[in-house]
Amino acid sequence: MIRRNIWAGVLFGIGGIAFIDEFVFHQLLQWHHFYDKSTTEVGILSDGLFHAFSWFATIGGLFLLADLNRRQSYQARRWWGGVLIGVGAFQLYDGVIQHKLMRIHQIRYVDHVIIYDLVWNMVAVVILVIGVLMVRRSKSNKKTKES
Amino acid sequence: MAMHHHVIENGSVSEVTGLISQIILAIPFICALIIYITALIVSEKRGREWRVYRTIFMVSGSLISLSAVVGPLAIKAHSDFIYHMLNHLLLGMLGPLLMVLAAPMTLILRALSVKKAKRVTKILNSTYAQFITNPIVASLLNVGGLGVLYMTNLYNMMHHSLLLHVFIHIHVFLAGYLFTISMIYIDPTPHRRSYLYRTIVFIFALAGHGMLAKQIYANSPAGVPVDQAQTGGMLMYYGGDVVDAVIITILFYQWYQSTAPKQAIKTRALS
Repeated sequence: MIRRNIWAGVLFGIGGIAFIDEFVFHQLLQWHHFYDKSTTEVGILSDGLFHAFSWFATIGGLFLLADLNRRQSYQARRWWGGVLIGVGAFQLYDGVIQHKLMRIHQIRYVDHVIIYDLVWNMVAVVILVIGVLMVRRSKSNKKTKES
Repeated sequence: MAMHHHVIENGSVSEVTGLISQIILAIPFICALIIYITALIVSEKRGREWRVYRTIFMVSGSLISLSAVVGPLAIKAHSDFIYHMLNHLLLGMLGPLLMVLAAPMTLILRALSVKKAKRVTKILNSTYAQFITNPIVASLLNVGGLGVLYMTNLYNMMHHSLLLHVFIHIHVFLAGYLFTISMIYIDPTPHRRSYLYRTIVFIFALAGHGMLAKQIYANSPAGVPVDQAQTGGMLMYYGGDVVDAVIITILFYQWYQSTAPKQAIKTRALS
């Protein structure tokens, strides 16, 4: 059940950030492009799979949360830690692998896109670290209580 | 008018968009609706209740599918790829989903005599039925069929041949229906697959659908103007997402119900 809290959070985090990416950067700001001609073939595959997976992660993550709640084993700190890990990890994958290596699309089509890349990936790392710390802390708390 | 170039050029177009093609494609849906309502009447006469929302799903699903093959939308789809894609969403995704939710097989089995119902069940149990309702096979028929349609010259050829036109449209609907019943179990399903199995196959199917939509955006199918291919590709991408989100929600809701701890089932039964 401990692991389940974390995994439910991670899934929801991945799905949630993919949704925010789509909504904010593609639709609202229109910084991201639907398709970039320099996309590699692996990029098309990766984008397709992650896009599909994120739908399942969002919806499945919420049902997992409902299931934890039903079994009265929801643990807020673990779940939220999981969410931040999911958000951070996906943002980092998107920022480094998908944007830079696979060239699916850039963050914004301007000069000095490197600044956007740096901010994007630093935010990702910070979120990821906070998530890991939250999960670790919740585990060590449990250990001290048990001992 | 340049957009309609390939349409005007060919003399057989009136035949493809014409009344005959519309009538041929409308007949199966009208028959299905008549069979459903007949089964409903027979089943009610026997004193078995049927949820109203299921009938509403059947009527709306049939009408939505019909709107893609008959009338103004169907005619527009021949000259405009965006309308074609809208029709594809209605005929291949939304219409089939609504009809699956109408549980037609359950209703038909109720209306038939025990002997005939057994015969139908035998068909549902057959190896053939098992084969085509396998999620992988159904996904390949569905997304693979679309791949062939848009990545080869087939899409262009469809506009010049009545036979191809009718065949492709029936295939799009049937493949959509098959895909939906391979993922969510509303009607009796003899050959069940685990939730994990269906989820993994579904992720690949949805990914394939999305990649195909981006391919259409990037490389217009033969005879389709670039701006129409781009809008059509995006419509396919996001429209597919919306309909599939509904199927995913139903799939996971069924999982949620199936894994209910015993205590929760008891409280639900009591309340």
